[in-house]
Amino acid sequence: MAGTALIALMTGAAHAAPAPDPLQSPMWDMQAERLFGHDRVVFDPRVHIAVPMLAENQHVFPVTLDARALPDVRRIVVLVDLDPIPVPVDFVPGKAAPWLGLRIKLDQRTPVRVAAQTADGTWHVAGLWVDAAGGGCSAPPASRAHGDWAVHLGEVRGAVWHGTDGGGAAVTRLRFSVRHPMDTGLVDTIPAYNLETVRVTAGGETMAQMTVSGSMSEDPAFTLLLPAGETRPITIAMRDSNGREFTGRLP
Amino acid sequence: MNRLTRRGALAMLGASALAVPVHAERFAGHYRPQAEPLAEGVWLVRGSDAPIAFENGGAIANSVILATADGPILFDCGPSQAYAQALSALAQGLTGKPPVLVLISHLHPDHALGASAFDPAIVAALPGTIAEIERDGPGMSDAMFRILADWMRETQLVIPARRLAPGELSVGGRALTLLAMNGHSGCDLVVRDHASGIVLAGDLVFHDRAPATPDADLAAWRGALDRLAAIPRTLLVPGHGPVDRDGSAIAQTRDWLAWLDAALRDAAGRGLDMTEAGDMPIPPRFARMAAARYELQRSVSHFYPAIEASVLPRIDQPEGGSQPNGG
Repeated sequence: MAGTALIALMTGAAHAAPAPDPLQSPMWDMQAERLFGHDRVVFDPRVHIAVPMLAENQHVFPVTLDARALPDVRRIVVLVDLDPIPVPVDFVPGKAAPWLGLRIKLDQRTPVRVAAQTADGTWHVAGLWVDAAGGGCSAPPASRAHGDWAVHLGEVRGAVWHGTDGGGAAVTRLRFSVRHPMDTGLVDTIPAYNLETVRVTAGGETMAQMTVSGSMSEDPAFTLLLPAGETRPITIAMRDSNGREFTGRLP
Repeated sequence: MNRLTRRGALAMLGASALAVPVHAERFAGHYRPQAEPLAEGVWLVRGSDAPIAFENGGAIANSVILATADGPILFDCGPSQAYAQALSALAQGLTGKPPVLVLISHLHPDHALGASAFDPAIVAALPGTIAEIERDGPGMSDAMFRILADWMRETQLVIPARRLAPGELSVGGRALTLLAMNGHSGCDLVVRDHASGIVLAGDLVFHDRAPATPDADLAAWRGALDRLAAIPRTLLVPGHGPVDRDGSAIAQTRDWLAWLDAALRDAAGRGLDMTEAGDMPIPPRFARMAAARYELQRSVSHFYPAIEASVLPRIDQPEGGSQPNGG
């Protein structure tokens, strides 16, 4: 009960359930029902979302999400209310921290949200409006314009750093990127073609899994925080919507 | 708490229309450009040292008015038709004649879109700049209309019709030297006025305002700053920020660009993502620079993915999984 009262205080929704959308998004009710069904949903400032002060490039908008202040996070969804493909990533942190750096496309001014589901089934949501020029999802990627996307398809880059997180705690930081056009299917004559699944393992043990969509930026780049001192060989296994598989390995 | 306010009721009827009152229709004010005399027949018209925003009508770039016997020359003409009309009226008030020539320093919309107010035949730029305006002008115009809305009313994209060549240019008894450089953009015009010894540097030089890099080549930009520093001058007019009387603006621009380049490479080498790189500390020596965090975060967007690709090693295993071109 104490926890419920605390959350109610934080969201300012003492009576109403579910709480009204603090961002007043025209799409929230529909998106929330589709994504969360009958699960409990609270707006929770313990979920952090870091973005630049402006969307300089609506094709590559960086988002860093952090739900480490919540206990026992099982799943994290990024929701871009007004994008035609509204969920760029569905993230199961597993052994990794409930923290993720990624880059997404924005098709217009829209709320960008992070929803983190804790073990009790509750979704904890935070977000903000981001102003963006149009066309992030409906203009062709740069590599289509260059014509060299197939030459570089599936090139994986990455590295591991053993250091500390922002709070000073030891952590193993993993960054990787893969060359992929991430075609949305919303550009005339270019069918959808995107990365679909990403699985990170260390010594064969699953660390984290993601399902991603065409609203991730071209040449997707990810940052994950693995447990401190993770020295086993890391494998990043990815599959795209044509069934093509891409693998990155770090010794 | 239980009574519905009118606003609440309206919100229920049309949440999409009222969700974001800050972006409701707003009407532009009036541009009021002010001329600051720099020398006989030379005036500076200062832009606001801020990001392009509705609040400033996009009037963030400096312009210069040069009097000649045939009428004034304008060096850059602001973001919109209304701004350029106000600038033109200001120049005519000072000199008694309408502008005879409008020089566009480079493609960016805060300097170039005011060309809408003039006969294209008197709007002049280097061929490289004309090509870049033809390429990027429509997109830049769209972006400016999105941000500035009513301020951009009646602004049309005008491609400069007069092609400049580097070298000497004489207009109505005023002798200018035109120099073609690049680095801030693919083509940057620099003008030296012989009578006053004033150098108009365009956006190759920012002063107490952080440099913008959407089309920058940092190595070429540093080379252009070296060339600029060697030009004899009485004072230098930067594209943004106050007049430079002692060369400090060239040094400051060079310092920022060198720091930016090194800092972004260092951030990528430490495994930071783009949001983290954009939040990195800015050295205290840049505290005087307006819009520093804003431009750092823009520069992260411009440069970071390519820097990462050069810093992060390949880790794919050609012998495992599918070959990219194997099908």
